[in-house]
This record gives sequence, C-alpha cells and structure tokens, in this order.
Amino acid sequence: MKRRLAIWRAQARNTLAIQLQYRISLVIWMIGLVLSPLVYLVVWTTVAHAKGGDVGTYSAHDFAAYFILLMIVDHITFTWVIFNADFRIRQGALSPLLLRPVHPINADIVENVSFKLLMLMVILPAAVVMSIAFGPRLHPDPWAVIAFFPALLLAAVLRFTVEWTVSLISFWISRMAALDQMYYVLVLFLSGQVAPISLFPAPVQLAANVLPFRWMVAFPVELLLGRVSPHDATIGFAVLLAWLAVGLAALRLTWRLGLKQYSAVGA
Amino acid sequence: MTYVRLLWAFFRVSSMREIQYRTSFIMQALQSLIGLGTGLAGLGVVFAHTSNLGGWRPTQLLAILGVYFLVGGVINLVVRPSMQRFMEDVRLGTLDFVLTKPRDSQFLISVREVQIWKMVDVLMGTVVLALAVTGLSHSVGFVQATGFAAALLAGAIIVYSFFMILATLCFWVVRADNILVIFLAVYDAGRWPVTIYPGALRYTLTFLVPVAFAVTVPAEGITGRLSGGTLLEAGVLALVLLVGSRWFWTFGLSRYTGASA
Repeated sequence: MKRRLAIWRAQARNTLAIQLQYRISLVIWMIGLVLSPLVYLVVWTTVAHAKGGDVGTYSAHDFAAYFILLMIVDHITFTWVIFNADFRIRQGALSPLLLRPVHPINADIVENVSFKLLMLMVILPAAVVMSIAFGPRLHPDPWAVIAFFPALLLAAVLRFTVEWTVSLISFWISRMAALDQMYYVLVLFLSGQVAPISLFPAPVQLAANVLPFRWMVAFPVELLLGRVSPHDATIGFAVLLAWLAVGLAALRLTWRLGLKQYSAVGA
Repeated sequence: MTYVRLLWAFFRVSSMREIQYRTSFIMQALQSLIGLGTGLAGLGVVFAHTSNLGGWRPTQLLAILGVYFLVGGVINLVVRPSMQRFMEDVRLGTLDFVLTKPRDSQFLISVREVQIWKMVDVLMGTVVLALAVTGLSHSVGFVQATGFAAALLAGAIIVYSFFMILATLCFWVVRADNILVIFLAVYDAGRWPVTIYPGALRYTLTFLVPVAFAVTVPAEGITGRLSGGTLLEAGVLALVLLVGSRWFWTFGLSRYTGASA
C-alpha cells in the first residue's frame, strides 16, 4: 500500500507539471465545462419565464441551482479516457504503459484526480459568478447533504469504471469517433445535462432510470437539490452499486480479452 | 480567374486524397446524423414544454439549427483544416514552401486543405434549412431571401476573418492551435438564438466570438425578423474584420523569419 501511494504521488506530480505547462488548454477546458450547462440554464430560464414561472416542478431559481450543481458534479465525474483510447491503442502508446510494474489504470486514476483538483480552482469561482447572476435556490434536508458526498464519490467511480471499459472497445475497433459520439449523446441526454430527467417524456425517464448514466451525474445533483425522498435515495444507491459491480466485472473481463487482441508495436 | 482555378485544384487534390478512405465517409455520415438527432432531440425537449423560446417559434429554431450545421460544415470543410495546417507549417518551418509560391500567400493558406466529407454537414444543414422554410408560417419572399443571402455572406466573411486573425497569432505564439478549439467550443452556443442570452454573454457571443453573426443573424434573415440596422452592422463588421485580418496577416508575415532565413 505504501508503495502504491508513492507511485500515485509521483504520477500526480508528473501530471500537474504537464498540465501547468499547457495553461491555454486549461482555459479551453474551462470554457467547455462552463459553457454547456450555462447554455442550457439560459434556455430553461427563458422557457420558465415564458411560461410565467414553472416548467414541471422547476422554477427559474431551481434551474439555476440544478445547472450550477450539474456543472460541478459533471466536472468531478467526467473522464477523457474514451477520447484518448483509439490513439493509445492504434498508435501503440499503450505499450510503454504495459511495461510498468503497475496496471495502466493507476496512471489514469491519478491523472484524472489531480486534473480535477487543479481545475476545481477555476470551476468553483465560475460557479460563484453564475450563482450571483442567476440566484440559485436549493433546500435539501440535512440527511441529503450528508448523502450527497458518498453519492458523488460513487458516481465518479462508476463513471470512471464505465468509461474505462467503453474505451477498451478500441482493442477491437480502431476508429472510435462515431462510437465516442454515440456514447457522448447518451450521456448528454440520460445523465440530465440537457434538462432535468423529470422534464423528459416517460419512456426516456424509464431508460434513464435503468441505464447507468443518470446515476453518474444527475443523482447526486438531485439529492443536493432536495428532490429525492429517502426511499428513492435508497433505491438510487442500490442501483448505483449494482451498476458499479457490473462495471467492475465488465472492466476486468474486457481488459483480459482485449489484451489478447492487442497487436501494436512492442506488444 | 487564376484563383478560381487554384481553388478548384486544391479541392480536387484534397478530394482525391480523401476518397481513398471511403469508410471515413460512412463514419462522417453517421456522426453527422447523430449530431442532427442530438440537435432535434434538444429542440424537442424544449418545445415539449413551450411553443415559444424568447420569441422564436419551433420552425424558426429549426432554421437556426439548419444555419448552424451549414456554417459549421463550411468551417470544418475548409477553414479549420487549412488554418490548422498553416499553424503546423509555422511550427515545423514548412511554411516557406507556401511563401515561395508566386500567388497570394493568404489565399493559399486559407484554402489549401479541404476535408470533403464535411460536405455531409453542409448538405444536411441545407436540407434542415429547406424543411424549416417550408414550415414557416409566412412565405419567404425576395426580401427575406436577399437578406438571408447577404447576412450569410457577411457571417461567413466575419468567421473567416476571425479564424484568420487567430491563426496569424501563431507567428508570435507558436502553440496557438488550441485557440481554434475555443471558437469551436463557443460555436456550440450558436444553436440557440443569441437573443436569449443575458447581457455580458450575448455581448461575448456577438463581438468577442462572432457566433451571433455566423448563425443567428442569417437565421433572422430567413425568418423575416432581420432589421436593416443589424444587416448594416454585419456588413460593416465583415468589412472591418476582412481589412483588419489582411493587415494583420501582412504585419505578421513581415515579422516572420522562417526556417531557412
């Protein structure tokens, strides 16, 4: 364990040094992360005003709270492993990672966490500015605030697991662009990034409940908004854990099968 | 005339190179369709709850989506790939091969690279736009059509000049390729009319990153809500940016030392 921590620390130092080199990329990431929730916040606020107050159970102030929290939760849970995947495998960039004495997933985990912490310093001020501009309103019970943190942690772990597994498909498909995009669209709609899930028609809501995407992003957000009853929260955690178990099993299996397929230079 | 022939030659060479990779076409078509589906679904969710978004009706927003794909397609077809290649050339020192050619260097670097499969986006945008036009409650007469064409032309010039200015920056900042990505990230906000955005954001999307002139203003033209003042503004801005980008290019080029100099 001590050795593992030392490895993680070294990797984190390395990642931060690399990231700080490309400060403009950080700005671009920030624009991307802030812009999408901001756009949908504006759209839904406009709809709320046009309807004279509420859309479904959301007022303009509820939308503000929803999308600002969504921005933070999305930032904490998102990964870029799928976008790097086909490059990594097609170009053989995975080969040197395989030579290391630890599983390549270690490097990705640390890279992900350290980048998140770094970017949080930009996201939180953005959230403050948006809060001043849009006046969010949230009224969670104390238990929901406490439940939010494990929900957020599990959501991040689930999203990382699922996306790492999806990225492994590039062992079999060398051009991932279309697949990436399909996955991205599913996340966009079913994790609640376009609109709160309750504003979608019933079949979409059902799909969102059954598939893992809602539990990666929308669930912690709704929890902190105070919109989840204790009963539903329990079910939510159960679904989350179930998907996490499935995801971890799939990850192990895909990794083992994929590695046998791998035929890049140096493999 | 020479320039038209050159344009055609670049287009042909790029096409010949790309036609080798036919699977890319299917991939691109698939991606474009997913993009279209996403856009339509987004509109669907919003208009399930209202029939009017900040004064825009569903078919009018469909027109915006059409223009969004059309202009985005043109950017990705020729502007972005050419600019990217130019920036790469500055970094690697291969720009000298362009500068030694006996034709205008700005023209050459602007049209050198064509990704023909992005034509799918242009086509799709046109179809969406045409569908939206047939669904509009008023008929599109000569005035609207001319207004749309003029606004679209102005928008295209503005976007091109904007890209050109950003790309020219790489004479000073060698790794500026990320700057182009900023535009594309912000362009996404253009699928909604910029009139719905609050003050500072609308200002940014109009003047700092001219998404408004690229998408919203032409769509205003076709939906018959374009005022003469806005069109004039677009025309003036297009002219100023075009002249400005040309000046900036000449200025940057005079500072450029090249790889072999």
